[in-house]
Amino acid sequence: MKNIILRTATAYLIPLLLLFSVFLLLRGHYHPGGGFVGGLVASIAFVLHGFAFKMQNTLRLMKFHPSKFIPVGLSVSIISSILPMFFKKPVMTGLWLNKPLPILGNVGTSLFFDIGVYLVVIGVTLNILFTISDSGQQ
Amino acid sequence: MELLLVIMIAILYASGIFMLLRRSMVRLLMGIILIGNGANLLIFLLGGITPGKPPVIAETKSVFTEAYADPVPQALILTAIVISFGIQSFAIVLLRQVYRLLESDDLDDLNTPLEEDI
Amino acid sequence: MILTIFSGLILALFCVPFGRQINKKLSNFLFLIPLSGFIYFLLQLPLILAGQTKTVRYEWVPTFGINLDFYLDGLSLLFSLLITGIGTLIFLYAAAYLKGKQYLSRFYGYLGLFMTAMLGLVSSNNIILLFVFWELTSISSFFLIGFDNENEEAQKSALTALTITGGGGLLLLGGVILMSNIAETYSIKAMVFSAEELKNHSWYGFILLSIFAGAFTKSAQFPFHFWLPNAMKAPTPVSAYLHSATMVKAGIYLLARFTPILGNTSLWNYSLMFVGGITMLYAAFHSLFRVDMKGILAYSTISALGILVFLLGIGTKDAYIAASVFILVHALYKATLFLVTGTVDYATGTRDIRALAGLRKVLLPVAIAGIIAALSSAGVPLFYGFIGKDLIYEATTHSFSLDSTFLTVAAILTNIFIGYSGLLVGIKPFTGKLSEEHSTVRLPGWKLWLPPFILAFCCIIFGCFPGRTSGLMSYVASAIAGKHFNLDLKLWHGVNTVFLLSMITLTGTAFIYFSRRVTNRELIILSTFNKLAPAYLVKKVTDGLLAFAKKFTNTMHNGYLRNYTMTIVLFMVGILSFKLLNGTPLTIDWYHLSPVSFYEVTVAILMLGAIFLSAITKSRLTALVALSVVGYAICILYVMYGAPDLAMTQFAIDTLTVVLFVLVLFKLPPFLNFTNTKIKLRDGLISSAFGGIIGWIALTVLNESVNKEVSPYYAENVYKLAKGKNVVNVILVDFRGFDTMFEIIVLAMASIGVYSLLKVKVKKSERE
Repeated sequence: MKNIILRTATAYLIPLLLLFSVFLLLRGHYHPGGGFVGGLVASIAFVLHGFAFKMQNTLRLMKFHPSKFIPVGLSVSIISSILPMFFKKPVMTGLWLNKPLPILGNVGTSLFFDIGVYLVVIGVTLNILFTISDSGQQ
Repeated sequence: MELLLVIMIAILYASGIFMLLRRSMVRLLMGIILIGNGANLLIFLLGGITPGKPPVIAETKSVFTEAYADPVPQALILTAIVISFGIQSFAIVLLRQVYRLLESDDLDDLNTPLEEDI
Repeated sequence: MILTIFSGLILALFCVPFGRQINKKLSNFLFLIPLSGFIYFLLQLPLILAGQTKTVRYEWVPTFGINLDFYLDGLSLLFSLLITGIGTLIFLYAAAYLKGKQYLSRFYGYLGLFMTAMLGLVSSNNIILLFVFWELTSISSFFLIGFDNENEEAQKSALTALTITGGGGLLLLGGVILMSNIAETYSIKAMVFSAEELKNHSWYGFILLSIFAGAFTKSAQFPFHFWLPNAMKAPTPVSAYLHSATMVKAGIYLLARFTPILGNTSLWNYSLMFVGGITMLYAAFHSLFRVDMKGILAYSTISALGILVFLLGIGTKDAYIAASVFILVHALYKATLFLVTGTVDYATGTRDIRALAGLRKVLLPVAIAGIIAALSSAGVPLFYGFIGKDLIYEATTHSFSLDSTFLTVAAILTNIFIGYSGLLVGIKPFTGKLSEEHSTVRLPGWKLWLPPFILAFCCIIFGCFPGRTSGLMSYVASAIAGKHFNLDLKLWHGVNTVFLLSMITLTGTAFIYFSRRVTNRELIILSTFNKLAPAYLVKKVTDGLLAFAKKFTNTMHNGYLRNYTMTIVLFMVGILSFKLLNGTPLTIDWYHLSPVSFYEVTVAILMLGAIFLSAITKSRLTALVALSVVGYAICILYVMYGAPDLAMTQFAIDTLTVVLFVLVLFKLPPFLNFTNTKIKLRDGLISSAFGGIIGWIALTVLNESVNKEVSPYYAENVYKLAKGKNVVNVILVDFRGFDTMFEIIVLAMASIGVYSLLKVKVKKSERE
């Protein structure tokens, strides 16, 4: 898979795909998209990189092992869902900022919940793929 | 169109079961994937199909003004798709480990000899 | 009151972190817990004697009407006093008896658990709660019998006991649920008002059967009695506590408690009299042929339980009084005898009655306790047993039903045998000549002789002043009968029939005691009858069941995955087609179906082709590509029918799956063709049948008119409540956020599973 075209294309595609995945994540509340799809697209971006430059290099690019995304994502989701308890509301009640932020639009707990989902999906997918390819080389 | 979908679902299930009955582990896994797809379609179909209207409220409005596809089956299927990915990847890896151990794809090689039966 | 009941449970929990301290010193002070319970219940005595009752209620599962609903009346109080009172002595005794055992803290945990279970059982007013405690007693008894956990016999006995009592418990649950359904309440107190309805109900026989099954198994009635002698493998304090004084009386308690609700029908009375009668005679006769002190006591306990059931069966006022008094009488002297046995065993190391004699010279306080208890069990005047015996004869001679002479003779015989076994255990080891090997025996510490001594002392006190107990006993008997009556227990009734019968019993007892010695020949002859014993039959049945299960499992579970799949699929096809064929015939409403477009047909053909290819191809890669084509085709369908979220997800997942497969599979060899055409044809038929059924179901469901409430609710509120516009996403992250949360947790687990599966190295040696 040391195809020069693939490598060149990947170099441009990765930022685009990652950007697209964040875009999908953020628009999920109003348009088709959301944490699941966003996470999957982001992991596809890394997989693509892995195919073009070998998985070890991808891991190096990421600076840390993708499995660390899983606990981070889980805690973001859980914290965002129990946050309403501190405002004397039932768990998972949506809390929203009063004014919409620029670019992001309305920000509320469910956005953070979705971000958690996004992170977990990336972590899970990449963890599985990297583990498999890693053991394949042995 | 419903009829066509029903036929597709039936064939997905039938081929899935057929694959499940094979001795090869890879086929078994494919059978599971096929049945999963069939189940998703079945849920989708039974929720009622409406061509071309996603359950998304238009930009300028705050309520639905026209017919929309049923969102509940969609949410269910979305969950199912992602979960089945988890299962599939686990199964694939399991299969690979078994293959590395036994160097065989044959399910029957997994059996313990009959003498050792309890 | 709740605190008192649950103190044992708290103790059990306490034993986990503080086990080491208990093992060392703390065990000497644990008796304070049952003691405080005993004092608490003593303080309730004036309340009960004033004719009142006490209720405590705490909501537990209010939606199902299951509450911590406790109720204390005479009957409950008597049992509670027994449990805590004897419990205090047992806790004290066990601290010395089991000193230095490895699992002492565990033992106390079980004992505490048992105490809670038993107290809860006798004081709960909610019938489901009663059942829960009932099962808890079985479980704690299982642990206590198997306390000597390295002894195989003990394991087996514990299992037998659990099987028998647990099985009875299951039936009891059935009966209890039936009762509460008919009476429409879970409260035992309230059920009394539905007594007539219950008795005339067509299920009455079945209810009785279930209740009896529970009570008879617990109280070791014939033919379920055999677990009790086996249970003597437990440490002696346990035998004294559970298997003579309290737990085995749980069945009696149950019968007594339900007498006002279900009792006094001829079915009830005759079956109780019959079973109780057989049990008491059979067990009493059996006790003649035992040489192990605990064995003798076990059979005489069964016999005594038989008497109690028998008395409840007679069902007259006299019988209820006799039963109430006999519960106390028996608990006092039998616990004493057990403790005496334990001390003798502890000091000499044997329980064989033939090897023990003359121990009074070395174990004097124990001897006194044993002799008093023995005399009480024989019913000598001035001992409490005398009162109990008198009342039993009073009941049998004045019974309305059957032939009272017959009943009386049975009671006399039983009492003679029980008295004999009491004398054998309580007196025989202490009289006669002290043997050489036991001459060095020392009296163990006070904890091992004071408890039986106290109990024996009670036998005399109550025996000399029976009037002191008449107040409580009248309320116990009233609780059983369901109506109040007064009672005055007297020591001396004058010379009448009952007194004569008592004397006959005493003479008989003395005669047997002095004339009879168990010989080895008898034991051998007796062992030939073992094949007829219920224990043997039950063993046969369970063995057969096991063999059958093994055979069945080997047939069904033959190790071929496809056979399991086939069985399941065929069964489903069979049962579903049966249901569908009997249902309304299928009609297709062509008018409502949406039209078919060119694109859809194309997608469908594409997909079907891909499926077909994946099923027949020999190359893995081709199959994989075909499979992904199926996925993408479905993706297109989702796009067409307004599910962009689904389409995107399906697309991404499909891509990733292909990557996964490629990573793993491209090294594997091509498919091998294992099967011949015939088998393929058969499988093809089966799977097409299944597919057909699914299609049929889908069409049937499509024809049903559905009333949707959930989807419009979400659609309407998506912006109002969740400020979102994409309903699917809002459902995922807001309305049904918990589902998503668990979903990502499942995903995380799958990923951890994959990671650990691959990181585990396969050793060369395991490759075989």
